[in-house]
Amino acid sequence: MGLRRLNYYRARKKAFIILTHLALLIAAFAIAFPVIFALIKSTQSTAQIFSYPPKFTIGRSALENYAVAWNDYNLGRLMLNTFIVALSVMVGKTLLSLFAALAIVFFDFPFKNLIFFFILITLMMPIPVRIVPLFDLVRKFGWGDTFWALTIPFFASATGTFLFRQHFMSFPTSLVDAARVDGVGPLRFLWQILVPMSMNTIGALAVIEFVYMWNQYLWPLIIISSNKNQLIQIGLKMLTGAGPQGMINWGVAMAGTVITMLPPLIVFLLLQEQFMRGFALAEEK
Amino acid sequence: MQSKFPHRSLPLLLLFPTIAVCVIFLYYPLARSFEWSLYRAAFMGLRRIYVGFQNYLRLFTSPDYLYSLSISFLFAASVVMLGLSISLTIAMLANRKIRGARIYRIALIWPYALSAAVAGTLWRFLFNPTAGAVNYFLNSLFGLKPDWVTSPNLALLSVIVAAVWKNLGYNIVFFLAGLQNVPGELLEAARIDGAGAWRCFWRVTFPLLSPTTFFLFVMNTIYAFFGTFGLIDVMTKGGPINATNILIYNLYRDAFQHNKWGLAATQSVVLFVLVVILTLIQFRTTGRRVHYGA
Repeated sequence: MGLRRLNYYRARKKAFIILTHLALLIAAFAIAFPVIFALIKSTQSTAQIFSYPPKFTIGRSALENYAVAWNDYNLGRLMLNTFIVALSVMVGKTLLSLFAALAIVFFDFPFKNLIFFFILITLMMPIPVRIVPLFDLVRKFGWGDTFWALTIPFFASATGTFLFRQHFMSFPTSLVDAARVDGVGPLRFLWQILVPMSMNTIGALAVIEFVYMWNQYLWPLIIISSNKNQLIQIGLKMLTGAGPQGMINWGVAMAGTVITMLPPLIVFLLLQEQFMRGFALAEEK
Repeated sequence: MQSKFPHRSLPLLLLFPTIAVCVIFLYYPLARSFEWSLYRAAFMGLRRIYVGFQNYLRLFTSPDYLYSLSISFLFAASVVMLGLSISLTIAMLANRKIRGARIYRIALIWPYALSAAVAGTLWRFLFNPTAGAVNYFLNSLFGLKPDWVTSPNLALLSVIVAAVWKNLGYNIVFFLAGLQNVPGELLEAARIDGAGAWRCFWRVTFPLLSPTTFFLFVMNTIYAFFGTFGLIDVMTKGGPINATNILIYNLYRDAFQHNKWGLAATQSVVLFVLVVILTLIQFRTTGRRVHYGA
């Protein structure tokens, strides 16, 4: 009797595990489906794409579609621009928020909490709530259609300052005393002690900021007027705009979409370990 | 409390770049939004006339704006409800201790790295009446061929689907992090007391998860209002006949297509009030949590 019951529970547990695997596989496939479909269709010719029922097999026009997307829509140039912008903002935001958190956690000065609050409040100011005056201001600086318009206004990071502050506060309290005994100044303290101890937070922030900048759409759309300075997301607008015959070449559009999504995906996959840890850390109170 | 360095001016120097960017590119333009909302101003604001609260009056008596307001709330409510329930279900599955859990997690959250415009392009193609996969499946399973492009209601549904899909990865990350804070002993105790899986979820897991759920509720609402511009622009351009013309799209059109800067600034103020309300709700209920968008 006891053994039969045990076997019953074992079988039930096994079935439960298999069902979980099955459900997770279905969920992962459903989530990936739009991208899988795009990958397949980016290899097909227009005739194949519009054949009914739709073909779910790899076609022979991959090279042509990707070449047209890359050359005719200038995606190479747009990617390079976006790379430079995303990396600059990533580095700028990380540095500035490291400096800010260093000041807030390891120094005493008047109105400290007020200043921290002042930075934190900017979370409530996404671009749309200040878009018209910002556009006006940036143009008055002579930054219209320039690299500066896409980077400098993004350099302050409330998220970064907050994350680093939380992380620094979790360190042993006598860290500064130890550093001062050894004659280590604040900036060396930052580079040689704080930064090596914060690699997960830096990694998580790097992913967040790179993805955030790579995916900018509204701001470059209005502030950048020449194609040679444009960012990659606007390339998608061009790819899905009507072509010469008033038709969208979907094979080319899907090829361009695949190209556009790759860099942030690669950054995400490379840093996913730090990303997950950085997030789990931020959840601690 | 951390021990401190004795310097007095160095910390202010360290904070200076951040504060300067905040003042010049965030606080000042926001204040100007408020100022401009009181003027009638054309493109570049060269000529402007003080009109007091007329812009606000115009906005809230305009049927087009009220319509935009109502579909924005419908859009946001759908994106939040569908997004949170689907991602919580998936996160519950991925939180079980099984082999390959790490691989599954990556396979579930990678769309986090995709943009709203990418989601828009992918789904515009999927909803294509002849070449897309959606109508092919609907037709072979149920014999349906809905017209996603010209029907206002279906167009709205199609952008909702795309917007939900795009944010699943983000939501799953946070639900997984939240689920890790639900102590296993508590669930075990509930189980020993005879609670089934369903009761365990609603009586133990869900209440313990409520800070995460609430945080995601606010973040997804902000995403639906602000983060979906690229998706709308690529998929529907606000159409057909304004069916997907959410507030942010309406603001963009008034500011940069119709060049009504005063009216556009007024809409910015309305959106800002919305963000303030959402943030206040969040601070009161969940306390110190971060916005991971920027």
